[in-house]
Amino acid sequence: MTIQTNHLIADLNPEIKDILVSNRRAFFKSSALKLGAMASAPVLLAMTAQNAFGQELPQEVVDVLVFALTLEHIEDAFYRSGLESPGLIPDEYVGIFNQIGKHEAAHVAFLSAALGSSAIERPALDLTAGGKYADALTNFDTYLTLSQTFEDLGVAAYKGQAGVVAVNDDILTVALQIHSVEARHAAIVRKIGGKKPWDGAFDEPMTKEEVLAAAAPFLA
Amino acid sequence: MEIQHDNSRRRLLKWSGAAAATVAVSGAWLPNFGISAALAADLGEGDVGILNYAYALEQLEAAFYTQVIETPYEGITDEETVLLTDIRDHEIEHRDFLKTALADSAIPALEVDFSAVDFTDRASVLGTAMVFEDLGVSAYNGAGKLIEAVAYLAEAGRIVSVEARHAAAIRDLLNPNSVSFAGDDVIDENGLDVVNDPATVLAAADPFIATEVTASSLV
Repeated sequence: MTIQTNHLIADLNPEIKDILVSNRRAFFKSSALKLGAMASAPVLLAMTAQNAFGQELPQEVVDVLVFALTLEHIEDAFYRSGLESPGLIPDEYVGIFNQIGKHEAAHVAFLSAALGSSAIERPALDLTAGGKYADALTNFDTYLTLSQTFEDLGVAAYKGQAGVVAVNDDILTVALQIHSVEARHAAIVRKIGGKKPWDGAFDEPMTKEEVLAAAAPFLA
Repeated sequence: MEIQHDNSRRRLLKWSGAAAATVAVSGAWLPNFGISAALAADLGEGDVGILNYAYALEQLEAAFYTQVIETPYEGITDEETVLLTDIRDHEIEHRDFLKTALADSAIPALEVDFSAVDFTDRASVLGTAMVFEDLGVSAYNGAGKLIEAVAYLAEAGRIVSVEARHAAAIRDLLNPNSVSFAGDDVIDENGLDVVNDPATVLAAADPFIATEVTASSLV
């Protein structure tokens, strides 16, 4: 499913669009029901996100959100590809990976909505990282290794950017809410792989440069 | 001012922001009525208040898992012992880290009340653990925007994802190989985890903490 956020915004009833832009609080009070009748909950939230986050954000915050969206695109594609690969994921774990994939897709949709016209499309990906993980989608052990890598990387990435997005309370909170979901994912994937769900009492952040260096091999 | 000493009055004051006016003078009158510092604590203001808030929660968790390991529930498996011991150690590290960071501003050691928990019963222990872990995650997620200093935000970030890992692991012990680790009861349709403000968290934690704790600046 591709969320065409910009089109959603463009297709809005002008009156509601005005309300969205003019006063978010008033919108919540006066128009939630009206809007809810014509839009599903995720769409509703996506539109409020556009209003809350998409306007007048400092460039460094936009950059962080684009960075986060890039990582979410990788994860989203990774789980879609895995779930579409027959025989890759053992039956007993399909439900878990479906759940993880559902969250990553939601993160892509939410961040895309938040970024509005600054959102990026999914980049071209190479899940084998240039052949290093040639059996990424045929060998479950490899798939698990990559899954853990992406999840732990996501946790470290969001953690590393908290200070940058802290200028906006709403974005900081959303980033933290995604951050802990990625940590839940990381824990379960590690458990499936026979590892401890954690590395210790504290999770360490990574800088944007470190994260991009780790993710770069998967960008085609 | 008429001061009442009965328990209902104390319970009213616990975690109570509404009693802020009274709270402000509590430090002055508590010693006069012979209530020891160990039985009362005000979290304080600003970042100190937030850190003490986290410190209170970590104290609660550390005390809980210490008891879990001291008196293992019936039928505990080796895997469960390993995981729960790790979690205990993490919570103790979190607690001690925050205490050190707070230094002279740290609240006293809290007296806990786990009378509602049956430590011999797996479901009771793990069910309580799940509540604490999910609550901890939601507390840190909600506290982020209240933190002024970026350095403290970073430290909170180092802790919260470990709490989320705990939550997932505990949930998987309760419902193995299910979607519970990040279930729809905690993750919304936008893929976002629970966020709670201090008042909500403290109200949820209240039954487990015997010490009178006031959080006038946070709630």
